[in-house]
Amino acid sequence: MPYLHIKQDRITEQALKQLIDVCPFGAIGAEGGKLYIDSSCRMCKLCVKKGPPGIIEYIEEAQKKSVDKSEWKGIAVYADHRSGHIHNVTYELIGKARELADVCGVPVYALMAGSDIKAAARKLLYYGVDKVFVYDYPELAEFKIDIYTNVFEDFIIKVKPSSILVGATNLGRTLAPRLAARFHTGLTADCTKLEMRNNTDLVQIRPAFGGNIMAQIVTPRHRPQFCTVRYKIFSAPTPTKTPAGDIIYMRINEKRLKSVYEIVNTEEKMKEGDISDADVIVAVGRGLKSKADLSMIEELAGLLGAQLACTRPLIECSWFGPKQQIGLSGRTVKPKLIITVGISGSVQFAAGMQGSDCIIAINCDPAASIFDIAHYGICGDLYEIVPKLTQHIREGRANGL
Amino acid sequence: MKILVCIKQVPGTSDVQVNPVTGVLIRDSVESKLNPYDLYALEMAFELTAKYGGGVDVITMGPPQAKQAACEALWMGAESGVVVSDKRFAGADVLATGYTLSQGIVKMGKYDMIICGKQTTDGDTAQVGAEVAEFMKLPHAGNVLAATDISDGKVTFIVNLDDSVVTERLPLPCLLCVDGDINTPRLPSYKRKKELGDGMISTIMLDDFSDKDEMNYGLTGSPTNVERIFPPERHEEKKMLSGSSKELSDKLYELLREHKFI
Repeated sequence: MPYLHIKQDRITEQALKQLIDVCPFGAIGAEGGKLYIDSSCRMCKLCVKKGPPGIIEYIEEAQKKSVDKSEWKGIAVYADHRSGHIHNVTYELIGKARELADVCGVPVYALMAGSDIKAAARKLLYYGVDKVFVYDYPELAEFKIDIYTNVFEDFIIKVKPSSILVGATNLGRTLAPRLAARFHTGLTADCTKLEMRNNTDLVQIRPAFGGNIMAQIVTPRHRPQFCTVRYKIFSAPTPTKTPAGDIIYMRINEKRLKSVYEIVNTEEKMKEGDISDADVIVAVGRGLKSKADLSMIEELAGLLGAQLACTRPLIECSWFGPKQQIGLSGRTVKPKLIITVGISGSVQFAAGMQGSDCIIAINCDPAASIFDIAHYGICGDLYEIVPKLTQHIREGRANGL
Repeated sequence: MKILVCIKQVPGTSDVQVNPVTGVLIRDSVESKLNPYDLYALEMAFELTAKYGGGVDVITMGPPQAKQAACEALWMGAESGVVVSDKRFAGADVLATGYTLSQGIVKMGKYDMIICGKQTTDGDTAQVGAEVAEFMKLPHAGNVLAATDISDGKVTFIVNLDDSVVTERLPLPCLLCVDGDINTPRLPSYKRKKELGDGMISTIMLDDFSDKDEMNYGLTGSPTNVERIFPPERHEEKKMLSGSSKELSDKLYELLREHKFI
């Protein structure tokens, strides 16, 4: 077990202070001139790397043995669907899996479980998979965690994929951790960037601390490597004209399809205009002075065929419903265009929209952090710019432009 | 009904930044609080025991200071709490945390139901609950909005899936991870605080577990390694437009035309 060794004789008062400051978890303290590290320590090793040199040492003893990585090949994507209707995150992940697989020349697999899903499985062949493994059983008609986990386990044992990408839908977030625990392997949630190394180690980058920090995570000794990725983080590839790849129907022992879950009732959620699917979004924030001023924003959105969205404070004062909120505690959006109006651009908001293709920000404060992520910053009064712009668009339309 | 709620102490704020030169975390405050998502889990447990009888215990894993989080739960209405704390647990990732908690829960005794919050505000992974369930070989459900009935050794509950709301039934014991904002959590009672103090909180260590192999805990027991942390990227190509409001709206109009949005 690795541990941190403290050379007490080298400690000076100044070094002590530096070490206490450098520890992000407040795990370092002093008592009677002696330094101690308590159990708040997360072994981030910042005290070794960034503290005064030679005082704290990282001692690595025995490490867990690594699996034989050559036995695990390929990148698998869990095909998230409901009654054969495939969730778009599946295509996005297949596109990313293809990129990653080409780095080390391995195949891309998709796993699909359900009932009567042969036609749906064929749809995946237009997005760049090599093989689609299908478990088509009436018992799998509804999502039941225990038997879906069994099916997934069966697939992993038989196919041995090196990496597995799962969409961070509510369903995916339930399934992935159960499997990671069953295989005693690593799981990195909500990755925003993935890279592949030649030795098939998947480099997983995810935001931590509310998006204020990015962490780069690897699973160096275990296989398979699990990660989840939210919808709209990656781009779906353009479907090919002709299908490519094979569909393989899998058999599983019927005993493993016995569930303890009873589904009593399923109710569809009301379909509302969903901002996470929108191509164009106009988002407003606290720069707007009153609710009545929304009409001017709605007019602009209407002219652009855009969905209206907002920041968290506007949800809190009930100008909008929670489904229209962009940000870490709301939706992640990735439109072709987003115009932010009167939004200062907190990190929480930015985390939910910085993947947008084109970001135009209108704000009167030149120091607003939204301008750090905007492709086009417009520093001015929204109450003058927006009406002039809508008028301009109207006139343009009238002139046949 | 014996219910166990898993809770965690988290930093009082997630407003931390990385010094881009040194790569060191800058934290304004080291104050801690009980993870807000756990409050909904606690409230649901209290409401269920009020209706069906029984009591609520809590478990938390963390440094010795995490006792404070357990105390808060105690003052809200829990009967007792356990802090799982050991230097050898340091550096645990999702898997090692899930495993450590499951070992701690087995040590505490038998429960009809385990309830977890949706996620923590510092780790944000929303995965530990499901891993605990897997290690304990219990069925579980995520995104639970309510538990509507307990009868004949089974619990009926409502799950928020992505495009549907599903009512399901599971045999006890089982583990439920609840969504946020599903109820109004009660406040800690001053009377309970005065009466109980921290009397009902105990601490257990690795040596108390049935699996005492150090290799399964902390950093060594964690399959994932954090290689580095760094500040989020700032977008490189950016253009600030300036001028009068008229000029700005004209430029914006041209921009939108150029990109074929008009």
